[in-house]
Amino acid sequence: MLEITTTHYLVLSAALFMIGVIGVMVRRNIIIIFMSIELMLNAVNVNLVAFSQQWQHVVGQVFAVFVIAVAAAEAAVGLGIILAFYRNKETVNIDEMNVMRW
Amino acid sequence: MDVIWLIPILPGIGAAVNGLLGIRFFSKAQSAAVACGSMGLAAALSIYAFVQLLGSESRVHDVVVATWIPAIALETVDGIGAFAVDWAFRLDPLSGMMILVVSGIGLLIHIYSTSYMHGESDAGYARFFCYLNLFCFFMLTLVLGANLLVMFVGWEGVGLCSYLLIGFWYQKQSASDAGKKAFLVNRIGDWGFVLGIFLIFFTFGTLDFREVAAGAAAMPIETAEFGVISLICLFLFVGATGKSAQIPLYVWLPDAMEGPTPVSALIHAATMVTAGVYMVCRNAVLFTHAPMVMTIVAVIGGVTALMAASIGLTQTDIKRVLAYSTVSQLGYMFLATGVGAFAAGAFHLMTHAFFKALLFLGSGSVIHAMNDEQDMRHMGGLKTFMPVTFVTMLVGTLAIAGIPPLAGFFSKDEILFQTFLHNRVLWILAVATAGMTAFYMFRLMAMTFYGEYRGPAWEHGEGHDAGEDHSDHDGHGAWHGPHESPTAMTGPLMALAVGAIVAGFVGIPAALGGGNAIEHFLEPSFTVEATEEAGPVAEAAGEAEEVHEVSHAAELGLMALSILVALGGIALAHRLYIRRPELAEAWRARWAGAHRLLLNKYYVDELYQSTVVRGTMSGGRGLWRFDGRVVDGAVNGTGWLTLASSWCSQLFDRYVVDGAVNLVGWSASESSFSLRRIQTGLIQNYALVMLLGVFVFVSIYLLVR
Repeated sequence: MLEITTTHYLVLSAALFMIGVIGVMVRRNIIIIFMSIELMLNAVNVNLVAFSQQWQHVVGQVFAVFVIAVAAAEAAVGLGIILAFYRNKETVNIDEMNVMRW
Repeated sequence: MDVIWLIPILPGIGAAVNGLLGIRFFSKAQSAAVACGSMGLAAALSIYAFVQLLGSESRVHDVVVATWIPAIALETVDGIGAFAVDWAFRLDPLSGMMILVVSGIGLLIHIYSTSYMHGESDAGYARFFCYLNLFCFFMLTLVLGANLLVMFVGWEGVGLCSYLLIGFWYQKQSASDAGKKAFLVNRIGDWGFVLGIFLIFFTFGTLDFREVAAGAAAMPIETAEFGVISLICLFLFVGATGKSAQIPLYVWLPDAMEGPTPVSALIHAATMVTAGVYMVCRNAVLFTHAPMVMTIVAVIGGVTALMAASIGLTQTDIKRVLAYSTVSQLGYMFLATGVGAFAAGAFHLMTHAFFKALLFLGSGSVIHAMNDEQDMRHMGGLKTFMPVTFVTMLVGTLAIAGIPPLAGFFSKDEILFQTFLHNRVLWILAVATAGMTAFYMFRLMAMTFYGEYRGPAWEHGEGHDAGEDHSDHDGHGAWHGPHESPTAMTGPLMALAVGAIVAGFVGIPAALGGGNAIEHFLEPSFTVEATEEAGPVAEAAGEAEEVHEVSHAAELGLMALSILVALGGIALAHRLYIRRPELAEAWRARWAGAHRLLLNKYYVDELYQSTVVRGTMSGGRGLWRFDGRVVDGAVNGTGWLTLASSWCSQLFDRYVVDGAVNLVGWSASESSFSLRRIQTGLIQNYALVMLLGVFVFVSIYLLVR
């Protein structure tokens, strides 16, 4: 049976991250972009936990938990922003969010 | 004697008190007391000074009160001279006589005014007495001044007071117009007087009368050429014609009758209008050195006398008759001075002051009794209503007509005699004037006091008999018909009547056994004291004396003739206006043209209106247009230029300066046009760029290492 090494974890993490990046790049629905960001965060968490396991050191896991906590807070703030945006524009299409320019 | 400067100051104080306090706080009695008190003190002081003058050897007394103008270097004909003027007063026979006349008659007229002006409000009453006192202050300054500049102060001051008093009832348009007319016409005369003063200083280097006279005496008499002394005298005489109402500047005096009657009596009959005669007498030495100007003076005086008397023949306003009579009598005085008889002129000045003040005050009494009616056609028969006024006015009329032994006879006869010696043509004019004078004065008496009463009816009853002395009548209540005036008015009338009778006795001519005292008394004022310098003048005087001696018979004949002429005038007036009034109507119809000419005063006012007044007005309007078009145009033009240049500079500002600033901004914004396309505002673009950047950096990191 093939042993699951750190490399596997890193490949999974990279794949997850790329999926998240592509989701952020190409999707127009802001909710989905938001979910893609969560994907990227969790790819990082996978990395952290993988290295923690490799080095038998707990800091990586602590950091992963920390990232989850921050992501929860970020999700709250982000959803709030989205709600406010929706109330203004009655849409969640990212193309409508183009007022941040000259 | 050293206190003569107090004589003018006292009425001045009275004027100040009444003017500063009286108008606000004083009752009528208080302002009258202040005014009459100060005049009374001045009159007493004048008599005291005059008595001392009579008693003293020296006939001239100078009092220098203060330095007025300290010496200033000014150019004269003899190089640089010192222009220094003192507040100097001089008492000599001429000014001594004048202060007696001014303060004495002034006091009587003050007393008269206390009653005559009783209808005024308290403030108006005090204002009137303030002006009257101020007038006396200036008039006494004028006569007592020892140099031309002090005299000029008085001269201008009396002109001012005349203006104020003519326009005393300033709410009345005609009164304020008359005041302005008097003031403006006098300005023309004052212009001549001022030029004369300048020329006197330039010629003699001094303004003191005696020094000027001494300087003039040292110069030759200008018989042949019209020299500097003649020019000075001509200028001075222009001043005199303005103040003393001679041709061509007499037009203001009849209009001045708009003022209250006591003012007419004091200013426009007795004192101020004689200031011109006084001034000519003061400068007698100058005038004797300018025979050509003397001739002018005599001719102007004679013609004025005749012209004014002829106008007086037809006037119907009682005060206007007297006004033209005043002009005529002033003409007599100038005629006298013009023929060199300064003493006769001054003598007539004095007697005229008495009887003309009397006549004016009498007419005021009549006007008062007739409830401010001045038209003689609405009077008549007043003899029974107001006997005192009638008798005193009759005395004045006889005096002015020249009936012996009243005052006017002696002075007028002296003038006629001196004129006869000098110039027969002028003498004929003067005699004709004497006849006219007698005629128009008795015409006035006849129309006012004789015949039937022609005035408005009044309500009888309430115990007011017409002849009764209504001392309580003050113009407020209903009019109860003509009545005699209160004592405060009849008293001065009687005093002046006495004066009009006796004033002539000081000048009884030698032909009638008198000494002609006044002529000898006044002599020192008309000559220079230094005998060696006075050669020509003394000679001339001696010559005149000689002529005087040899012609007693002729003088008596002339006297008889002038009395006859006067009686003829009286008889004619009596026939035309008392015995056969219809004859006057017939004559008026027969000579309608002449009558209209006289009634309209020879159209002189109209002539002045159409030439001088309209010329001045149109000149003023022309200058106004010049101002409006050219001066204002220039100002507006510069304003417009400023506007135009600022418009150009704002164009520069807007297009060049602002353009440069905007160009910088515009080029920045234009050049940033392509760059700003980067800013899409789409987060995904930014994220893409970020990702590429990370990719690039990581690639570099990996490859380079």
